[in-house]
Amino acid sequence: MSNTTALHAKHLEAGAKMVDFFGWDMPINYGSQIEEHHAVRQDAGMFDVSHMTIVDAKGPQAKAYLQYLLANDVAKLKDKGKALYSGMLNEEGGVVDDLIVYHFDETNYRLVVNSATREKDMDWLLSKAEGFDVTINERSEFAMIAVQGPNAKEKAATLFSAAQKEAVTGMKPFFGVQAEDLFIATTGYTGEAGYEIMVPTAQAASFWQSLLDTGVKPCGLGARDTLRLEAGMNLYGQDMDETISPLAANMGWTITWEPADRDFVGRKALEALRETGTDKLVGLVMTEKGVLRHGLKVKTDSGEGVITSGTFSPTLGHSIAMARVPSNVGDTVEVEMRKKWVTVKVVKPSFVRNGKSVL
Amino acid sequence: MSNIPTDLRYAATHEWVRSEGDGVFTVGISEHAQGLLGDMVFVELPDVGDAVTTGDDVCVAESVKAASDVYTPITGEVIEVNADLEDSPELVNSDPYGEGWMFKIKAEDPAEVESLLDAEGYENSIDEE
Repeated sequence: MSNTTALHAKHLEAGAKMVDFFGWDMPINYGSQIEEHHAVRQDAGMFDVSHMTIVDAKGPQAKAYLQYLLANDVAKLKDKGKALYSGMLNEEGGVVDDLIVYHFDETNYRLVVNSATREKDMDWLLSKAEGFDVTINERSEFAMIAVQGPNAKEKAATLFSAAQKEAVTGMKPFFGVQAEDLFIATTGYTGEAGYEIMVPTAQAASFWQSLLDTGVKPCGLGARDTLRLEAGMNLYGQDMDETISPLAANMGWTITWEPADRDFVGRKALEALRETGTDKLVGLVMTEKGVLRHGLKVKTDSGEGVITSGTFSPTLGHSIAMARVPSNVGDTVEVEMRKKWVTVKVVKPSFVRNGKSVL
Repeated sequence: MSNIPTDLRYAATHEWVRSEGDGVFTVGISEHAQGLLGDMVFVELPDVGDAVTTGDDVCVAESVKAASDVYTPITGEVIEVNADLEDSPELVNSDPYGEGWMFKIKAEDPAEVESLLDAEGYENSIDEE
């Protein structure tokens, strides 16, 4: 029996094509994945992301706990509502999961972790909390809707109360605020402006309907994947996992090394890996016909690599990918496509931002 | 339920065939097949003049999800391809039995079409999947 979100009936009502996503019955598209993709790049689209896990960490030692749990340092968070992206690592320096943590004060934080790894994450969060005066609480009473695109904020705001509008006025990217019954955050997984909004499950369907009524297009997991890949954002389980360190997953920027005496899980292993060197995650661009896909082998002058995520980029009109390759990779690599070796270009793993190519 | 026109013939591999007279047949993929594949992003067509044998993979239909071979359901010579699919592969999704056609073939033996599935037979083959 699969899990369903509070918006499940709305997806069926819209004629969505449903698929199993790690135990959740979720929409892959509502007709055309590419049209949904373009809606987010050009106007406004929305995603049901209620399957993601919301966890609150509260208590006198909440900050100390998160400084130990995460490779990034929550001590950087000074402003109320400021968010941080981080990996949580195992002792070998592999990524247990990636997450966003919102800071309210030094005793009060909110984490959003992946749905695919919910059980593992909860076990991990609880086991690492041992010895800290902190309480870990899953907040399954919320649904979550991501409204993304150049017109997303404006359209979403038409649903907000006066107090909610005031709360989000001037809010910078990567902040979250509780405003009456909604938690509204300027985060996302598309490379566009927008909000991720936590809404009590009882109101989720009517909130979704109101967004539909303002012309926000419902988008499925298919478009979510092409959008995040164009934006150069990692997908857990594909671009990194427990056997891959953040250094080999384009997540070096999420490791806070200073102060050197901050002990976080995986630190020793990471320091050793930093010395010996690791593979790295790069972007690939192929302008010929065909689509680079997950799992394809990559040949470089200094050894083999693999495509971790690949797709057709609807915005660019050709294929893009992320690949893990030896760190001294050159400007091009060879990819095996349908029994032929094709030369493709190596770029930084970021392709589209705010509707425009960054290649 | 998928749209399966009764005036066409079908291969179990999801191609449809329409007789245009004079032993010429138009080939495309069924609505059911385009639905399985999702949004089409590239269609690689055969060359005009290619001699093809039933069961040869002559096209590649590449969607957001996967690359899929398209097999010729009839032996003969390719006499025309749908060049519009170069720029508008989405025609395969929006109009699989019309503007989304893929190629035309001059059959070596026009009677071969009789060995293909009719609409009912194709529907049964889908149901068994």
